[in-house]
Amino acid sequence: METVLPEVTAVGVIIKAVIILAVISAIAGFGTYIERKVLAFMQRRLGPMHVGPYGLLQLIADGIKLFTKEDIIPAHANKFIFAIAPAITAATAFIALSAVPVFPDFTIPEFIPLLGGTFVPSIASDVNIGILFVLGMMAAGLYGPLLAGMAQANKWGLLGSARTAVQFLSYEVVTGLSILAPIMIVGSLSFVDFNDYQNEHIWLVVYQPVAFVLFLIAGFAETNRTPFDILEHEAEIVSGYATEYSGMRWGMFFIGEYANMITIGVIASVVFLGGYSDFFFIPAWIMIILKVAFFFFFMLWVRAAWPHIRPDQLMWLCWKVLMPLAVVNIIITAVVMMAMA
Amino acid sequence: MSLEQFKDRNVGVQNYRQLDLPQSPTTAMCKVKQVAKRSLKGELFVGLGVTVREMVSTLFGKGLHTTQYPFEKLPISPRYRAIHEMLRLLESGNYRCIGCGLCEKICISNCISMETRYDENQRKEVSAYTINFGRCIFCGYCAEVCPELAIVHGGRYETASEQRASFSLFEDMLTPIDQLSLQQEYQGFGAVSPNADDNIKKTPLAY
Repeated sequence: METVLPEVTAVGVIIKAVIILAVISAIAGFGTYIERKVLAFMQRRLGPMHVGPYGLLQLIADGIKLFTKEDIIPAHANKFIFAIAPAITAATAFIALSAVPVFPDFTIPEFIPLLGGTFVPSIASDVNIGILFVLGMMAAGLYGPLLAGMAQANKWGLLGSARTAVQFLSYEVVTGLSILAPIMIVGSLSFVDFNDYQNEHIWLVVYQPVAFVLFLIAGFAETNRTPFDILEHEAEIVSGYATEYSGMRWGMFFIGEYANMITIGVIASVVFLGGYSDFFFIPAWIMIILKVAFFFFFMLWVRAAWPHIRPDQLMWLCWKVLMPLAVVNIIITAVVMMAMA
Repeated sequence: MSLEQFKDRNVGVQNYRQLDLPQSPTTAMCKVKQVAKRSLKGELFVGLGVTVREMVSTLFGKGLHTTQYPFEKLPISPRYRAIHEMLRLLESGNYRCIGCGLCEKICISNCISMETRYDENQRKEVSAYTINFGRCIFCGYCAEVCPELAIVHGGRYETASEQRASFSLFEDMLTPIDQLSLQQEYQGFGAVSPNADDNIKKTPLAY
């Protein structure tokens, strides 16, 4: 990029952090409404209809209910770990978002007092190992379910955390290996470089369709979405790791889950689908919102359409099918790159 | 069709047909082929297509199954036996009950009680009539036995109330005199629902 970007100031980063926290937690809450509505329409129902027009204010009703519900800690639970486990999930989800380009960068107009002229970067902290940091943080987020399940002195919770470990061991390899091939092509771990590369060339999904599909599959496992929602599958293990949780602690798990869905959507759009760059006449910020919204919708769509799989099938799928595919994909990419060079 | 066919439990000699299931894979190569075939067949996208089709048709108002109950109600069958109604004569507006006492006699849960007397014209008059809805089992005998079609079952099925007594007095069940023109006649035991035509479907065998 030839254009010199304005200097990133501390004020800009703080504004960006506040935007991320406010917007993403609002979207994460609103996501529950969207999810209930989309699933309802796919099942020929209406979904929430009574609170506000078309049930739009359902989120407020749910929030009041969650906040005012009694916070129960079981007698034999490890109280400290039980109390901080939801915070781990929610916090890591937002920490992961700090290194993800959520919107394109912009400058606050001059006429706004106090903050006018401040440059707000696209990423709160543009660390040069962005992808590693985000994936690591999202992986650390699984400590939430793991510790919650083991701390609550409940057999369903224990089963849930055992399944968390199974899921964690299965998908994490696929995530890393599938995203390695695009990293080799771009030659950088920074999301900004990915975006710029696709700005100059073509969307990476054209070069790396297999890696894209593998990353999406692993992303579903990373966010505990339906084909892989084995750690809290209510038809089998009551509520899994969340069995003993109530009120806002329970809510924090789900804010974290929805924030992770958005993160996976952003990573998939930035790494594979061109990110926040202009697309013909559509401006960049609309493009990134459209792409993330598509991935969010896709996760709900899949939840309505597909059954979930057993833990042993998940391990079989990840270790025996997806991992070899990812390795073959990397090798082919490497050979082609050497031949082209 | 006789029942003989269904009483025969000797599996194998009947008219059963084996489904055309493929052989389960034996060698490792066959298993790999099966996985590849199933993965690339695109069956998962069929499922996605079905749900998105349902979503689009629901969004455009077709195929929606929800009835928003307290605001919308489905028509109920005239045979439905809910809280009783006492009907009036359409000409005079007088109530139809002649105080014969048959409903009190036939009531198998002993929940109807009535008191009658002769008025100044030596006609029977009902002075007190109550149904104990804590006991009533809504069997419908009272409506069936009534010679004047005076007591019938209405369609009022929302019977949650603060007191049982809310429905049980004669005046509560009697058609209000100002709504006499709206009084529905009992259509008889063979009557069909008002929306019966809409409910006609093909039998499952036709699919």
